[in-house]
Amino acid sequence: MAMLKVENLEVCYGMIQAIKGISFEVNEGEVIALIGANGAGKTTILHTITGLLGAKAGSITFEGAELTKTPAHKIVSMGMAHVPEGRRIFQELTVLENLKLGAYTRSSKSEIEDTIQMVYSKFPRLKERKDQIAGTLSGGEQQMLAMGRALMSHPKIILMDEPSMGLSPLYVNEIFKIIEEISASGTTVLLVEQNAKKALSIANRAYVLETGKVVLEGDAKKLINDDSIKKAYLGE
Amino acid sequence: MGFIEQLINGLNLGSIYALMALGYTMVYGIAKMLNFAHGDIIMVGAYTLSLVMTNLGMPPVVAILASVIVCSVLGVTIEKIAYKPLRNASPLTVLITAIGVSYFLQSVALLIFGSNKRKVDSAITMSGIKIGGLELTGESIVTLGITILIMIGLTLFIKKTKIGKAMLAVSEDKGAAQLMGINVNQTISITFAIGSALAAVAGVLFVSSYGFVGPYTGSLPGIKAFVAAVLGGIGSIPGAMLGGILLGIIESLSKAYISTNLSDAIVFAVLIIVLLVKPSGLLGKIRMDKV
Repeated sequence: MAMLKVENLEVCYGMIQAIKGISFEVNEGEVIALIGANGAGKTTILHTITGLLGAKAGSITFEGAELTKTPAHKIVSMGMAHVPEGRRIFQELTVLENLKLGAYTRSSKSEIEDTIQMVYSKFPRLKERKDQIAGTLSGGEQQMLAMGRALMSHPKIILMDEPSMGLSPLYVNEIFKIIEEISASGTTVLLVEQNAKKALSIANRAYVLETGKVVLEGDAKKLINDDSIKKAYLGE
Repeated sequence: MGFIEQLINGLNLGSIYALMALGYTMVYGIAKMLNFAHGDIIMVGAYTLSLVMTNLGMPPVVAILASVIVCSVLGVTIEKIAYKPLRNASPLTVLITAIGVSYFLQSVALLIFGSNKRKVDSAITMSGIKIGGLELTGESIVTLGITILIMIGLTLFIKKTKIGKAMLAVSEDKGAAQLMGINVNQTISITFAIGSALAAVAGVLFVSSYGFVGPYTGSLPGIKAFVAAVLGGIGSIPGAMLGGILLGIIESLSKAYISTNLSDAIVFAVLIIVLLVKPSGLLGKIRMDKV
């Protein structure tokens, strides 16, 4: 059974229908990429999964539980973390305070401390800057903090929205290396990216979105060699 | 009265403004709205104090507690009924609703208690002391003491507790806060409860110093507290404290040395000058979003 299953999902922004009946599934242990141009509805889908937006129709089930009727703040403790687009770290708080907020739903102090150490080992830079105000970090460091903060809830699945946006090529490589590590450590990943080439290179399967619909889906290694994908998204 | 006495008067008044400004600033920081009914909560707190002390004959401590509880419940109820349905409405709609709630509370008080001011016995039984030639009333000592304690307590609460951290997170980004598992509605309710409890304390201290309460008692102090919050930088807790104290001192010294009639005008003039020089207020921050 799929860990996360989205069926015939429809989402509206006021009068505009952004998502027009999308279905996809994520199995445990997979890295799934949602790719597509700006405005295809990728971010909207993630926001609807984690409850920041309401669905108009369709269903989202996570380990059998219906998410469209679950309030956003209850979804984290079910084992789902979301690294939002634009990182949205708490700019005025320190790095460590941000990480601790990531563990807001957990209560065991010693377990939280262990997770902080785990995050520090993945992102040594966050340890160096733990008392620094988050808003003063560079873009790449803020992305790392957003990812570290998501890991703090000890998620089974992590949703990442454009983690490479606005970063230098050096940081992009580092971020993708870490996503692979997160996946290798057993966390399922749902990745939304405009950098289709990078996303496909680390994903198991992918769904290609165009104006609110899935237009293509399949094995990531096959999609990366697909001519129409190459033309539209890989700039070849 | 000498200069020192006037200064203490100003500190006394300023402490009350500061307590009220804290409520304004916390609600603004977290719910992003100006709760213009905040001043009238003070009036409700003052009436509650008077009723419990005079009509029920309870000791002042019980009356103060009753005031705090009534105001907290009232604040949370107002938020649930009037503001929560407008969470995604335009700021102007929320502002007009808040003004409506303010008039509603005043009118209810007018219906129940009539327009005559009611005499309130001071809830503070401590007698004054003399240091050298300086006379301090019990009210001044208690007002200053309570205000300092509340400010320290509130700062620790926000810095050290989980709910405090949740408040900071919600004030910065409601969506991201929800992604952390924070219940935003509950956090806003708690903020209203704390803000209204502070208003109740301010109300108790205010009527203890001035001796009367009427349906419009909260109106002008409410506006002054708003001015104090803006002066200090709205959304900033230390700003509200600083703004309140400064406002009280300016008002008190203006009354003593310039003109009683002009003191309010001077207070507002100071606000205008500060905002011209520093639009975000004395301790306010202009948020720069890095994308």
